[in-house]
Amino acid sequence: MRLSQIFATIAVVITGCILLYGVSDFPGFGDPHSPANAGVPGSESVSQYFITESYGDTKVPNLVTSVLADYRGYDTMFETVVIFAAGMAIFAILGAVGGGGQPREQSEEPFFVNGDHSRIIVGTTCRLLVPVIQLFALYVIGHGHYSPGGGFQGGVILAASFIIIALSSNLNAALRRLSEANYLRIACIGILIYAGFGVLCQVLEGNFLDYGLLQPVLLTDGPEMARSHSMLGVEIGVAFTVTAIMFAIYANLSSRGTLRDGL
Amino acid sequence: MAEFFQQSFHAHFNFWIYVILMMIGLWALIAKNNLIKKLIGMSIFQTAIILFYVSLGVKAGATIPILDPYGNKEQAAAYAEESDPAKGKNEKKGTEEKGDSSYVGKKSPNPDIMANPLPHVLMLTAIVVGVATLGVALSIAQMIFKEFGSLEEDEILEIVKGGNVDD
Amino acid sequence: MIFAFDIVILVFLVIAAIIALSVKDLLSASMIFGIYGFLICLLWAEMGAVDVAFTEAAVGAGISAVLMIATVFNTKRKSSD
Repeated sequence: MRLSQIFATIAVVITGCILLYGVSDFPGFGDPHSPANAGVPGSESVSQYFITESYGDTKVPNLVTSVLADYRGYDTMFETVVIFAAGMAIFAILGAVGGGGQPREQSEEPFFVNGDHSRIIVGTTCRLLVPVIQLFALYVIGHGHYSPGGGFQGGVILAASFIIIALSSNLNAALRRLSEANYLRIACIGILIYAGFGVLCQVLEGNFLDYGLLQPVLLTDGPEMARSHSMLGVEIGVAFTVTAIMFAIYANLSSRGTLRDGL
Repeated sequence: MAEFFQQSFHAHFNFWIYVILMMIGLWALIAKNNLIKKLIGMSIFQTAIILFYVSLGVKAGATIPILDPYGNKEQAAAYAEESDPAKGKNEKKGTEEKGDSSYVGKKSPNPDIMANPLPHVLMLTAIVVGVATLGVALSIAQMIFKEFGSLEEDEILEIVKGGNVDD
Repeated sequence: MIFAFDIVILVFLVIAAIIALSVKDLLSASMIFGIYGFLICLLWAEMGAVDVAFTEAAVGAGISAVLMIATVFNTKRKSSD
């Protein structure tokens, strides 16, 4: 054992002992009346408001989606921007913007290579699987109000379908379906959709991301349904950015930023 | 010591394991030599903290935080009964004022029957942002490998100290 | 929330974390890290956090393992510790 490992062990054990000592003062696991769940006397926890009132406010049965996209919409918008910024950082670090200096060769290889028997099984299976995965991803995005799901999950599943194409044949096959220029565009469009909903509310003389004011634009039955529909739009924006950036991270990491012959 | 253990174990078993996971991650982050191993340690550290947050919102015997607005009226009646009497009266009043009792949501269910949605929201975005930052870290690791030809911390430090870096 | 189920998953979680950090082959470490992600996903579904479990199943077990394998493929597979 090296000296640094001994010091690390001492530091970690001291930190752990302090934390374990602190844990003994916690409310029990699963206690419904702990301060985090019920608040302290005189000041009720905000989560109780979310559980009892959020359906009346937004008409969205999935409380997680309604809190994510409406009550904490500003937070979610900047989380999306963080993902976008991480994607941009990877382009900058691996030097991929502009195709890595050399033009990318557009080889027209088939989706699976004939004659390579190990690839026929994998290629055919993935080709059958990809449309189903994409359909499921769209369902997850669109049905995120009523069941678990939403923009983040659906976007990641949609990106996974493109990654499966890249893994089963090669990176060029995936980049033909979602090229470098297109995924950069889609990532920007996603954030613009999200911010656009906020700006639209400001144009209608309200607060940023106050979806209830969009009732005359969306022609809905009351401001609650306007909130519900705006949340769907916002989730679609999140899904755009997440899909594009997750696929871009994979494409750049697997090909060292050259976007040629990846994994 | 034994008393402390008995009092603490059943109610805080989960928290103990989260602290142990955090210690494993922190140890790997400091003491491991390989950069990829350090990143795995960082992810374990991150999941330990996310686990801690989510477990704060757990309520014993509660369901998932999704309402069933159409149908399932028996469950709706059960919700109204389960809440304590003082609250039940308030809820009934609320229902009468709104005048429509056809779905669960308007009945303002007792908050104890549903898991706390707030930690879920915060941690859901944290996971996705976590994988994006992991991607950044992995790309930096690739550039380090391109520059130094190694992912081992001590070898990289030797090259840096020897001044053999061509800018 | 079931106490026995909780304990079993948490113990597996610690075992998976230790093995992922102690194997010398980085490809195996990435795969075991994927297993760790699935166990975490199971734990969250059991705690009632279905949205978080869904995200972890897609992100932690799927994408992050693939990203690590992509990096291992482009760098070195052997690790000294």
